[in-house]
Amino acid sequence: MTRVFVPNDAAALSMGADKVAFAIKAEADRRNLKLEIIRNGSRGLLWLEPLVEVATAKGRIAYGPVAAKDVASLFDADFIKGGKHRLCHGLTEEIDYLKRQERLTFARCGITDPLSIDDYVAHGGFAGLTAALKKSGADIVKDVTDSGLRGRGGAGFPTGIKWKTVLDARADQKYVCCNADEGDSGTFADRMLMEGDPFTLIEGMTIAGIATGATKGLIYIRSEYPQAIAKMKQAIAKATASRWLGDNVQGSDKSFTLVVRTGAGAYICGEETSMLDSLEGKRGMVRPKPPIPAIEGLFGKPTVINNVLSFAAVPDILSKGAEFYRNYGMGRSRGTLPFQLAGNIKQGGLVEKAFGITLRELFEGFGGGTHSGRPARAIQVGGPLGSYIPASQFDMPMDYETFAANGAMVGHGGLVVFDDTVDMARQARFAMEFCSIESCGKCTPCRIGAVRGVEVIDKIIAGIERDKNLIVLDDLCQTMTDGSLCAMGGLTPMPVQSAVKHFPEDFDRPPVAKAAE
Amino acid sequence: MTTLIKEIDYGTPKSDSAKMVTLEIDGQAISVPEGTSIMRAAMELGTQIPKLCATDSMKSFGSCRLCLVEIEGRKGTPASCTTPVAAGIKVRTQTDHLAELRRGVMELYISDHPLDCLTCAANGDCELQDMAGAVGLREVRYGYEGDNHVFAKHNGSENFRYKPKDESNPYFSFDPAKCIVCSRCVRACEEVQGTFALTIDGRGFASHVAAGMDEDFLESECVSCGACVQACPTATLMDKSIIDKGQPDHSVVTTCAYCGVGCSFKAEMKGDEVVRMMPYKDGGANEGHSCVKGRFAWGYATHQDRMMKPMLRDKITDPWREVSWDEAIDFTARRFKEIQAKHGIGSIGGITSSRCTNEEVYVVQKMIRAAFHNNNVDTCARVCHSPTGYGLKQTFGTSAGTQDFKSVDKADVIIIIGANPTDGHPVFASRMKRRLRDGARLIVIDPRRTDIVRSPHIEADYHLPLLPGTNVAVINAIAHVVVTEGLVKRDYVAERCEPEDFARWEKFIAEPKNSPEALESITGVKAADVRAAARLYASAGNGAIYYGLGVTEHSQGSTMVMAMANLAMATGNIGREGVGVNPLRGQNNVQGSCDMGSFPHELTGYRHISDDTVRDLFEKVWSVELDAEPGLRIPNMFSAAVEGSFKGLYVQGEDIAQSDPNTKHVNAALEALEFLVVQDLFLNETAAFAHVFLPGTSFLEKDGTFTNAERRINRVRPVMAPKQGMQEWEAAARISTAMGYPMSYTSGAEIMDEIARLTPTFAGVSFDKLDRLGSVQWPCNDAAPEGTPIMHVDKFVRGKGRFMITEFVPTDERTNRFFPLILTTGRILSQYNVGAQTRRTANVAWHPEDVLEIHPHDAEVRGIKDGSMVSLSSRIGATTLRAVIADRMPQGVVYTTFHHPVTGANVITTEHSDWATNCPEYKVTAVQVTPSNQPSEWQVEWEQRENEHKRVALKPLVAAE
Repeated sequence: MTRVFVPNDAAALSMGADKVAFAIKAEADRRNLKLEIIRNGSRGLLWLEPLVEVATAKGRIAYGPVAAKDVASLFDADFIKGGKHRLCHGLTEEIDYLKRQERLTFARCGITDPLSIDDYVAHGGFAGLTAALKKSGADIVKDVTDSGLRGRGGAGFPTGIKWKTVLDARADQKYVCCNADEGDSGTFADRMLMEGDPFTLIEGMTIAGIATGATKGLIYIRSEYPQAIAKMKQAIAKATASRWLGDNVQGSDKSFTLVVRTGAGAYICGEETSMLDSLEGKRGMVRPKPPIPAIEGLFGKPTVINNVLSFAAVPDILSKGAEFYRNYGMGRSRGTLPFQLAGNIKQGGLVEKAFGITLRELFEGFGGGTHSGRPARAIQVGGPLGSYIPASQFDMPMDYETFAANGAMVGHGGLVVFDDTVDMARQARFAMEFCSIESCGKCTPCRIGAVRGVEVIDKIIAGIERDKNLIVLDDLCQTMTDGSLCAMGGLTPMPVQSAVKHFPEDFDRPPVAKAAE
Repeated sequence: MTTLIKEIDYGTPKSDSAKMVTLEIDGQAISVPEGTSIMRAAMELGTQIPKLCATDSMKSFGSCRLCLVEIEGRKGTPASCTTPVAAGIKVRTQTDHLAELRRGVMELYISDHPLDCLTCAANGDCELQDMAGAVGLREVRYGYEGDNHVFAKHNGSENFRYKPKDESNPYFSFDPAKCIVCSRCVRACEEVQGTFALTIDGRGFASHVAAGMDEDFLESECVSCGACVQACPTATLMDKSIIDKGQPDHSVVTTCAYCGVGCSFKAEMKGDEVVRMMPYKDGGANEGHSCVKGRFAWGYATHQDRMMKPMLRDKITDPWREVSWDEAIDFTARRFKEIQAKHGIGSIGGITSSRCTNEEVYVVQKMIRAAFHNNNVDTCARVCHSPTGYGLKQTFGTSAGTQDFKSVDKADVIIIIGANPTDGHPVFASRMKRRLRDGARLIVIDPRRTDIVRSPHIEADYHLPLLPGTNVAVINAIAHVVVTEGLVKRDYVAERCEPEDFARWEKFIAEPKNSPEALESITGVKAADVRAAARLYASAGNGAIYYGLGVTEHSQGSTMVMAMANLAMATGNIGREGVGVNPLRGQNNVQGSCDMGSFPHELTGYRHISDDTVRDLFEKVWSVELDAEPGLRIPNMFSAAVEGSFKGLYVQGEDIAQSDPNTKHVNAALEALEFLVVQDLFLNETAAFAHVFLPGTSFLEKDGTFTNAERRINRVRPVMAPKQGMQEWEAAARISTAMGYPMSYTSGAEIMDEIARLTPTFAGVSFDKLDRLGSVQWPCNDAAPEGTPIMHVDKFVRGKGRFMITEFVPTDERTNRFFPLILTTGRILSQYNVGAQTRRTANVAWHPEDVLEIHPHDAEVRGIKDGSMVSLSSRIGATTLRAVIADRMPQGVVYTTFHHPVTGANVITTEHSDWATNCPEYKVTAVQVTPSNQPSEWQVEWEQRENEHKRVALKPLVAAE
């Protein structure tokens, strides 16, 4: 029976994938054709969603973006045998955008049925966990340390060192918490993975549990991701039923259980200590560090906290070896990062590449330039608290250290592109406004500073004592950077100051005159 | 004139670590315990790092960002409050960069704060003001036109962020416009008080302090303990007394006169007027915490009802006549002597008060023994904790609780029996709740679902809702499980206890009749729960028992105290931190009044009057011959009065007409007396029957000591001269002198010296020592010069612990179809005892009247609606009060308080009492409840008496020219 793949990833769904799947089923029935429709994850070629694929002897053939009204013509073109059609892109694997990627973390995403354990295993799934079950915790930690994996949530802290701290901590209970509160603008990799390949996350977290002696895991998913929440819950149930989770995983002496917790809409809960508060049922407030969560985390117990992508990178490290993973990348940034291309870009989507690729290669080579066709003026990398990088720096390689040296950050690997119509003073204002809305309200620099930041930038835009207020803004940014309790207030000045620095002309325009009556 | 005491705020709590860490702060080396914050280490060097959100009564929080420091070799500017010390680090607390950051933070704070410092109530006591000065803030470049919480209008329209002052709480106001959102109030409510009434609502700039569901403080769960007000660094939460009167200029450390916790307070004064009572951090009992009574409800001391002049009258139907002290004293002495001459030496007596100081109690009992020449002295502890004295003496050898309060921090399992600490002993309850939140397990044995059974972040593992009157059955069942399931700590028992008594007890308790299953139908408690609770207590490390009047005020009160002692001994839970059998004393000086020889059979330190050696000692020092026969107990006095053989009574600060059971009988006794002297602050219910009224002193005027439930002797220092002209001990001493036994003291210290000379457990106590150490816990003598926090450490006071047989004998008070419900009585947080003090404060805002709590089913079948008036009647009497339907009541049990005289709760209670000590059975009365629309007969009488018997004759008016 022919297998047709119609993603039910949220991006595809938002483009009408359900309607397409329904139309294909209806059309097949009408034509008396037997088809198996598989709801896979997304391949990450988002500008082609809904991307319908058909399995043929030669391989999977891609059609996209498919609308429900295209379905009849696809059948007419005999797409179930890979027939030619204006939406046909040939073999999926041969699409340049995909072919040029180095997919490790996302190797299975979009290929498998996300909720089929057989499919998962057939594509190399659980090999890492199987390997881990034969190792001591210390050996697993060593593999992760040797791989050079650093936290993919944004901070880039070496994962192995974090795990070792938890492994060495003594406690009656330890936890593994996955931060899936993916709130940064222009990011969607966590969601794509949870929806497209949830077992990878389960496998990575289970390995973390086995490595550190933690028997309970929690995945904190933002409420804005209902599909991911549902997928993860189903996947956990299936993995538990087939004994990849629960007591005595695969007959071993290791146990690990997983539950999903849903966020309540606060961006700050993506900050790890706020997330712990939220997981404990409290309002999400940043905790001071020390104590670090690896020593006193969830309910005061030693806790591994990693991002979805960090956990998802681990199975490969265990199955293919630390060396395999660390051979990707540059400098101290090892392995691959699933970059997310968004904003004013022609070909938005997910591009997993080894560190070292330049911003320009991502934006032009993969993204195909701006969606508007106008020249790009800035790319904000690393979410709303990331720096605005001017066109002159587009040749910077994606590398934690290079970015840091240039006052920027790689963060979670999200790129948001702006063309030359952007007003960077408004963007700077937006950064402060975002902070004022999303601040947890605990520390003064963030709670009051962000509000004053908006007001000061408003004065600058309005031309009120501009020079004086630019100094006030600079002082405020200093207070927020060095005085804030967490990265929220601490990094908000980054987009502001990068905008002032790289686009000073936008802060020195004559005030827009109010239209006369 | 003393100065205003300002305690040092170290910013973060003390670390208990024994390991010392040496570091360098601004070039100075210091060693502090591991886990200490850099902020605290700096303060120990005398370096005050600027701070606003940190204070040493709560965990560090790290929100204000003023306390940033630099550490050599570490990046960034960590907060010194949240960063622990580390060996060898070099910290700088002041650099140009830090100065700029701090100014930057202060500039932000002040951009959202009113600039009314000169007219602000916190002026002179404002940490925000201090910090602005400390960091050198000179300008707020943001201006004051921006988004704010300060002004009602913003850019000409309503400022949605602005909230007006909340004045709902009678004692403090909440002004959100002045709030800097440091969360100290919220954290104090959580960490110090444990009520969780406050929170921060909203996010970011919208963050604001919210009481309850963002409602008025008075409507919220707030218990008005004052911890938030104390913690507030600005004028946001502010004592209304300070708003009215301004900042105090001097303070005196003294002891609260409410419950048996015995909190230390700084009485903060202007001249001889108290402007605020602030809990004292070095107070051993409370360590800086307070409750609504001690913190705020002190206004009764200057209430207009307070009597300032001695008064006389020939008949109780006459109006009172104000007289001089001399006349009152002479009259009193003369009348007592006349009565003795006519009716015999034994025809008079006196009652000492658990609310008075040790010194006052001592002098009154001395007056009775030496000047009255009899032993007719008893104390109001008779009606509360006399079984504690008896039971613990029999088993352990001394009449006192075994632990200090701090001990609860080490308890693993806490059993609370017949006590409601969150209402009755709130400051200790906060300490207990902190330990429970930190993981100790909890068993509550109480008919009612008291608040501690389930409250924020606390839930009892087992609540055993027994039928009132079946304590002994439940505790025997628990002991049965311990014995029959092999949970007895054999080594401990063998080493520490009398073997024969244990063997006898073991045999008795193992009998099937004591099994949980056999007793289930009597106690109403599921056998499985009893078994589980027993296993938990016996096998979880440190097991601590805390109990209250729900244990003692029963006809088996003494049996129950001994049964608890048995259980504690059998499980090895006596003699170290974290364990023990601990009475929660009702009044401030119950322990002390018992210690001071107030019982008819005992001289100070619980030594029997019939003991020749002891009596010899007193006779020598007092130069008087003492009667070797014990005198009358309170109930005996009443009976003898009704019979006609007891004619004269001196009552020191106790309102027996309201507090003692069977009010009608008490009133009959008082009416039968020929002569009654009452010494009190107010014309109380008892005074209605008195012939002489001697005005008393409030605790603010007393010079003496109180002894709290943990045997801690605390100083009560006069913060003002006695308002009625005389210390109470002086009045008693002068009556004694006038009766022919001269007594004269010049100070409380002199009296304590005499007590110390005569009492081995007090031998080392002196006011000097108390001033030096703050407080001591008796025994304090050569063997323990600084006192004894934990008793029975290596051996019991009596040598070997003694197991007593504790057969359960049910009370004679039974329900039947006419009286099908059981009434049990108690107290609530905002009121105290008979309410004489608290009813004369704004505390009535929380409890304007006594109500009857009744289970929904019991109410339903009687047609009683929530809030409707009901008649509550027993075999003895009836009263009318409002019913409140409460699901925390078990079916078949109703509950009320006795804070308001008009309720007359004790009109209902019976004369059943403890078999050993006559402690009345307040906790079990068979009653009926019916809808009613009129006051009871008794209440009509009371109303009349209230109007007639308390009249004071007006002085003739001086005719106008």
